[in-house]
Amino acid sequence: MNEVMLRSLTPGVLGILVRRGADFAAAEDAVQDALVEAVRVWPADPPRDPKGWLVTVAWRKFLDATRADAARRRREDLLDEEPVPGPAPAVDDTLQLYFLCAHPSLTPSSAVALTLRAVGGLTTRQIASAYLVPEATMAQRISRAKRTVAGVRFDQPGDVATVLRVCYLIFNEGYSGDVDLAAEAIRITRQLSATIDHPEVAGLLALMLLHHARRAARTAPDGSLVPLAEQDRARWDTRSIAEGVEILQAALARDRLGEYQAQAAIAALHADAPAAAETDWVQIVEWYDELARLTDSPVVRLNRAVAVGEADGPRAGLAALAALDDALPRHTAVAAYLHERDGDLAMAARLYAEAAHRASNLAERDHLTRQAARLNALLR
Amino acid sequence: MAKYLLLKHYRGAPTAVNDVPMDQWTPEEITAHVGYMRDFAARLEGTGEFVDGQALAAEGLWVRYDGEGRPPVTDGPFAETKDLIAGWMVIDVDTQERAVELAGELSAAPGAGGKPIHEWLEVRPFYGVSPTITE
Repeated sequence: MNEVMLRSLTPGVLGILVRRGADFAAAEDAVQDALVEAVRVWPADPPRDPKGWLVTVAWRKFLDATRADAARRRREDLLDEEPVPGPAPAVDDTLQLYFLCAHPSLTPSSAVALTLRAVGGLTTRQIASAYLVPEATMAQRISRAKRTVAGVRFDQPGDVATVLRVCYLIFNEGYSGDVDLAAEAIRITRQLSATIDHPEVAGLLALMLLHHARRAARTAPDGSLVPLAEQDRARWDTRSIAEGVEILQAALARDRLGEYQAQAAIAALHADAPAAAETDWVQIVEWYDELARLTDSPVVRLNRAVAVGEADGPRAGLAALAALDDALPRHTAVAAYLHERDGDLAMAARLYAEAAHRASNLAERDHLTRQAARLNALLR
Repeated sequence: MAKYLLLKHYRGAPTAVNDVPMDQWTPEEITAHVGYMRDFAARLEGTGEFVDGQALAAEGLWVRYDGEGRPPVTDGPFAETKDLIAGWMVIDVDTQERAVELAGELSAAPGAGGKPIHEWLEVRPFYGVSPTITE
């Protein structure tokens, strides 16, 4: 019995039930019941067609539950006319699940929870542990999300960009507990890219693979952050990099550039450099220019300032930074870095300490405090 | 077993004996400090006495209800003039003596010069559930 295989079947089964007209919340409950049944029955009696088996059992569970409900409403006759359960059709129904889970009526955190549950097939306990909240809290969050989308009908395609944003949110949560959300986001996006032919889906998948490839090198054994320039490149996952680059090149060849492809291109240029000093910063700045045109995001322009600082020197970087709002997250940290490279250690130390104060997570705070401490030790 | 909350670095309490801001330490001193805290938590996990711990961001708000139909009063992000809790740890130990012993140990985390910080920690017991009568 393979939990990953079961989880990969979940969205397809759920999609079929929803397409047959089952209400999303009821379909989701039925699929969960069918999964429990599979865990019980399969080890002794594995089915030849696991997905067909799941569809049959889930549909039966759904009918049972709906009949019990309908008995009160005298609607049994109607249900008996529903199509008989059977093997899964070849058409992929999972796409509308993605749209449902990323529906604009949901808050980002609800969309993430619902996607992990319905598309990722994670249990409520696993999602709760990944987000460090009690299981009961996460159960409520998920049922609220299900109620929110209960009445949504799908007669037109949803917004791919919203689905991608939810996948990216999951990826950026990182991991904790027994669920690796970054790996989970990659798995879900992989399924999505098999379902939908869209260069930005491929771009996001490439971006995730390229970022994820550096993961082992991004933290020291004691949990502290290791900046890009100091990472041991021998620890980067070359297979993941090769796959990411290949997916990205195929996407770029289609000439429909989007922000994820542009970000992946930047990540690929970093992954491509055998040493930090050999990074092609000039080309990275050009990609940031593309990205800034596509998104007009201040965070992109902040990152661009770092790249400019590397390509044209710290003064040029500081000039690019001066045009940006200093309330941006990490603005102070970037300023500190550029001032240090420019030789103004006292200013850099002060800014690092200030950036540490504003840091949004512990690893970042410790890293920035260490940078301030390092410069203060030099200045003594 | 009873649960205790160890509140770390409670500004407004007496200052630590070895009171040097962290960005004035050497990177090695910071590493030693962070490692001490991590080892402390890991050891309590080993003894089954660790429950939870989190670090808190430096910025917070004081908020107060200000009457029907009015937005809550806040006094804005504060820095050094207000009480601040840098982090906390919940432990589950057999006796209060053990809680005090562990808090003392946590307070000895190394700081500037590799010497213990001697910071003040607040030790607060949780209210437990009422004991069940089984006999």
